Amino acid sequence: MVDNNRQQQWLERIFAATTFLAAFLVLAVIVSIFLSLFRESLPAMEKFGLWGFISATEWDPVGEVFGAATTLYGTLVTTALALIMAIPLSMGIAIFIAELCPPVLRPLIATATELLAAIPSIIYGMWGLFTFAPLMAEYVEPALQRTFGAIPLLGKLFSGVPLGIDILTTSIILSIMITPFIASIARDTFALTPPQLKESAYGIGATRWEVIRDVMIPHAKTGIFGGIIIAMGRALGETMAVAFVLGNRHAIATSLFDASATITVTLANEFTEADSDLYLSALFYLALILLSMNFIVLALAKTVLARSKQG
Amino acid sequence: MDIIGRRKLINVVALTLACVAAALGLFWLLFILADILRHGLGSITWELFTNEAAPPGMAGGGLKHAFIGQLLITWYAVLIGVPLGVLGGTYLAEYGRNRAIGRFISTLSDIMISVPSIVIGTFVYAVVVKPSGHFSGYAGAVALAIIMVPVVLRTTEEMINLVPWEIREAAFALGAPYYKVIIQVVYRGAATGIFTGVLLAIARIAGETAPLLFTSFNNMFLTTDMSESMPSLTVTIYQYAMGPYDDWHQMAWAAAFIITAFILLVTVLGRLIIRWKYKH
Repeated sequence: MVDNNRQQQWLERIFAATTFLAAFLVLAVIVSIFLSLFRESLPAMEKFGLWGFISATEWDPVGEVFGAATTLYGTLVTTALALIMAIPLSMGIAIFIAELCPPVLRPLIATATELLAAIPSIIYGMWGLFTFAPLMAEYVEPALQRTFGAIPLLGKLFSGVPLGIDILTTSIILSIMITPFIASIARDTFALTPPQLKESAYGIGATRWEVIRDVMIPHAKTGIFGGIIIAMGRALGETMAVAFVLGNRHAIATSLFDASATITVTLANEFTEADSDLYLSALFYLALILLSMNFIVLALAKTVLARSKQG
Repeated sequence: MDIIGRRKLINVVALTLACVAAALGLFWLLFILADILRHGLGSITWELFTNEAAPPGMAGGGLKHAFIGQLLITWYAVLIGVPLGVLGGTYLAEYGRNRAIGRFISTLSDIMISVPSIVIGTFVYAVVVKPSGHFSGYAGAVALAIIMVPVVLRTTEEMINLVPWEIREAAFALGAPYYKVIIQVVYRGAATGIFTGVLLAIARIAGETAPLLFTSFNNMFLTTDMSESMPSLTVTIYQYAMGPYDDWHQMAWAAAFIITAFILLVTVLGRLIIRWKYKH
């Protein structure tokens, strides 16, 4: 009996330690991702420095001169454009599901929009390359060019030959991909608005839209903010969809119809082709920059959300 | 009267826009699915599953090598990722539930779910591929497992948290040690939820391409040797879709159709299980 007790204690300790180790592994993996990317990018760091790397626009594998400015620019521009398009779209979807949709259809439409997030990114890429980009090149982009091309300054955004493989197409596809992340969180937080708040607004004569704008959205704003950040993280790190339709061109694009490159696309296309140590190191440096951006943004968002939950 | 009219007008316009947004969301989903169906269904042939790759440009090639590679890589990723994720989630929900480190790791996993998968690919390249000197199926499985662990871990944590504390107390009262309570009582209560979480995590990694590009890499023939570079459906889709041949494009569409159908089915199934189990 005493023996059995001791055995139980041992098993208890072993089980507890195993679960702890498994959980601890997450921490260990994250730390080692940072450390190993840092170690691999050391040669490029020593050669180009941080600011020198980020600000240089040259990307010349033959001459071994590497700068991150063009890819960083491509990453930020496509992400920003995707967010600009995705935020109104997803808010509209969330409002529709929370307020306008007949209750019978609600789960159906909610699931349908969330399935957009389940479709793998390579499928978006293929669809983008074979179906969407040709449509953009043939119909949408020439029409945009005719409408806005003549306006000074604004016209610059729509200059160039519309080929469909460009920033605009990429941003639209990215926006479709990230919409469900914002929409589902916004919808969930809308549903948490206390009915008394809404009813009191209706009681003083507010229209439905005024209730949404002045009661529901303010009430849900931290949740919506969290959704936007997650969506942003997705857009920053999206690889395959972008690889098909952005064109991998290392230059600062000034038109929406220009091809460009992002950090992820550069990694996907050039990693296995990097023939020199410095080249590979520069690519690891790009990966480290992307990881750091992503991590900082998400960590900040987590802190804000945690604080708002406490307060 | 004028201002009321304007408010009503704004109301109608805004709500109409919300309907348009929902219609647009549905439109994109149907557009993409219809397109995959249209291109993919016609391209599925018996040879796709029974033949390996033919030389470029020649007819009669299949994707058997990629199917088997994909299954093997995913299977090993599940073997590594699921136990780690479930055990880790157990710690967060049970032993570490009131500890700072538990909450910290929980937050960290949430962030890790959003780490770009291609970055994980570069990491595995640095720690597995580079030291061993060659691409390998194992490296691909490790990369997918790293993506899978935080997902399984967080779902396990949440599902275990749903098991009422009184049930544990009942088991404690019978004199059961904590680990027995967890294994025989808590896991039993949370099994459906954890299983669903694993399903959804598999759906998630089944479509991953970026982390496989420079870990398991690719090749054009059938291999079951996990220590060599290994073809996968997703990387093959990328290669074939970007390639110049029409029959490559056909096969890429067929593979895209199969992978999308699998992922959507599993995702919907997972949601149905959750609804059936937790809605009442």
